[in-house]
Amino acid sequence: MTNGKTKIEARNLSFYYGSKRALNNLNIACYENRVTAIIGPSGCGKSTFIRTLNRMNDIIAGTRLEGQILLDGEDVHSSKIDAVELRKRVGMVFQKPNPFPKSIFDNVAYGLRINEHRNRDLLEEIVERSLREAALWDEVKDRLKENAFCLSGGQQQRLCIARALAVEPEVILFDEPCSAIDPIATAKIEDLIQRLKQTYTVVIVTHNMQQAARVSDNTAFLMLGELIEFDETKKIFTAPANKMTEEYITGRFG
Amino acid sequence: MKPRSMKRKKVVQFLGFFFLRVCLYLVLAVLLLFLFDIGKKGGGAISWEFLTKAPRRGMTEGGIFPAIFGTLLVTLVTAILAIPLGMFAAIYLNEYATQSRMTRIIRLSIRNLSGVPSIVYGLFGVILFVNILKFGTSILSAGLTLGLLTLPWTITASEEALKTVPNSYREGALALGATKWQSIRTNVLPYAIPGMLTGTILGLARAAGETAPIMFTGAAFSLPILPKSLSDQFMALPYHLYIMATQHQDIVKVRPLAYGTALVLIVFVLGMNMAAIILRTRLRRRGR
Repeated sequence: MTNGKTKIEARNLSFYYGSKRALNNLNIACYENRVTAIIGPSGCGKSTFIRTLNRMNDIIAGTRLEGQILLDGEDVHSSKIDAVELRKRVGMVFQKPNPFPKSIFDNVAYGLRINEHRNRDLLEEIVERSLREAALWDEVKDRLKENAFCLSGGQQQRLCIARALAVEPEVILFDEPCSAIDPIATAKIEDLIQRLKQTYTVVIVTHNMQQAARVSDNTAFLMLGELIEFDETKKIFTAPANKMTEEYITGRFG
Repeated sequence: MKPRSMKRKKVVQFLGFFFLRVCLYLVLAVLLLFLFDIGKKGGGAISWEFLTKAPRRGMTEGGIFPAIFGTLLVTLVTAILAIPLGMFAAIYLNEYATQSRMTRIIRLSIRNLSGVPSIVYGLFGVILFVNILKFGTSILSAGLTLGLLTLPWTITASEEALKTVPNSYREGALALGATKWQSIRTNVLPYAIPGMLTGTILGLARAAGETAPIMFTGAAFSLPILPKSLSDQFMALPYHLYIMATQHQDIVKVRPLAYGTALVLIVFVLGMNMAAIILRTRLRRRGR
């Protein structure tokens, strides 16, 4: 793989829920300005993996992590990095659109306000920029004060993307972002992801193999918490090295 | 399917629903009969004098203003103790405490406390507030005792309200770099507070109608003057009613006044419950 700089990377990563091991000794590197897709059947640990990258699993009681997550070469669990600071640098978009029951504007401004940005002009500027970046501005510019729940599912998800972009992260994690929305809205978000990678490092979990093939540069195939194959997406989908990968992408199981 | 068995199912369903409906009507009928009876017998006693004057001639004449005033005041003390303490305890229990064996035991104990008879709270109040802390028989002691009685209800209701806030609000905030407290303050509490307040006010309404906990801790049989400070004794509606219904030397003569007192107490409690409901709908509308 010729990919340039590694932005965020798992090294010998294992993860446990209680005594149950969900991830076993994973090594996955996500490169700057590239989209890395994580695919695999349900329960393979895709979501668990992506949630270790911004330490979202910290909030689940009884979990344990072994190995390292490196962001720009620095261990995110080291005492130098605070989980709260980490999550500003590594943003996340969830499986189900989760707008807050606030106005569209307040949703996007949320991350800024909790960081004590109070200047109204600056807030407006960043909200507009983020909504444009998320390809939602034209649809909502006249109703920023309306409740975010008025938006359609696909719009809500783009709003969540705008909300994540507003805090200017370096990495954006997508946890099956299109599984709860329709195909047209999905196409829009896929376009968006293609554009986002010019500025950000993108990691996307998906159970939709076509989606992985369309949007990603590199693909990791997980099964039962093990990394089966990790390579350029082109290679994974045309000439997988592993028999199981081939069976999965051709739809023989999953 | 055979038409016969289909018909049978429909009959069974009809009978089932009929039975459920009868149960509901029975409960409603008892409630309405009760309200009607109190209203009819107490309504006659209600007058401006009754609501604004003190009892006269050994309670056979005059009003119940000191009792209304005392109940308002003691409920206020109860609220000051129970609202913040109950809410904060619930926030800690639901948001911060790790869900372990210990928290399960604590939660179970709180649930059980809400089932402890109120006379036991009264006894506890005498020992702790009146004797050990030397607050004497006073509004303060009685209010704190009622506060303890209300706490389990407040905590439980507040925790239930917090549980109705979807986890995705919390995670969404954390993922944007919010601290845990920021996520709770900005993205959980605004949506939980209407429910928390409702539960709390319902608890307070229950406390306002209690007799046993205030009997030994501060309520007076009869007082010529209104209390001037929190360390004074006070008259209270439920205790006044208890006296007039069972302790008075001429029960038959004061019966209309007793019914009037009962009516005022019920209106007071219903009023608090209504306030809770109105507050909740208002806050909910604003939250959306």
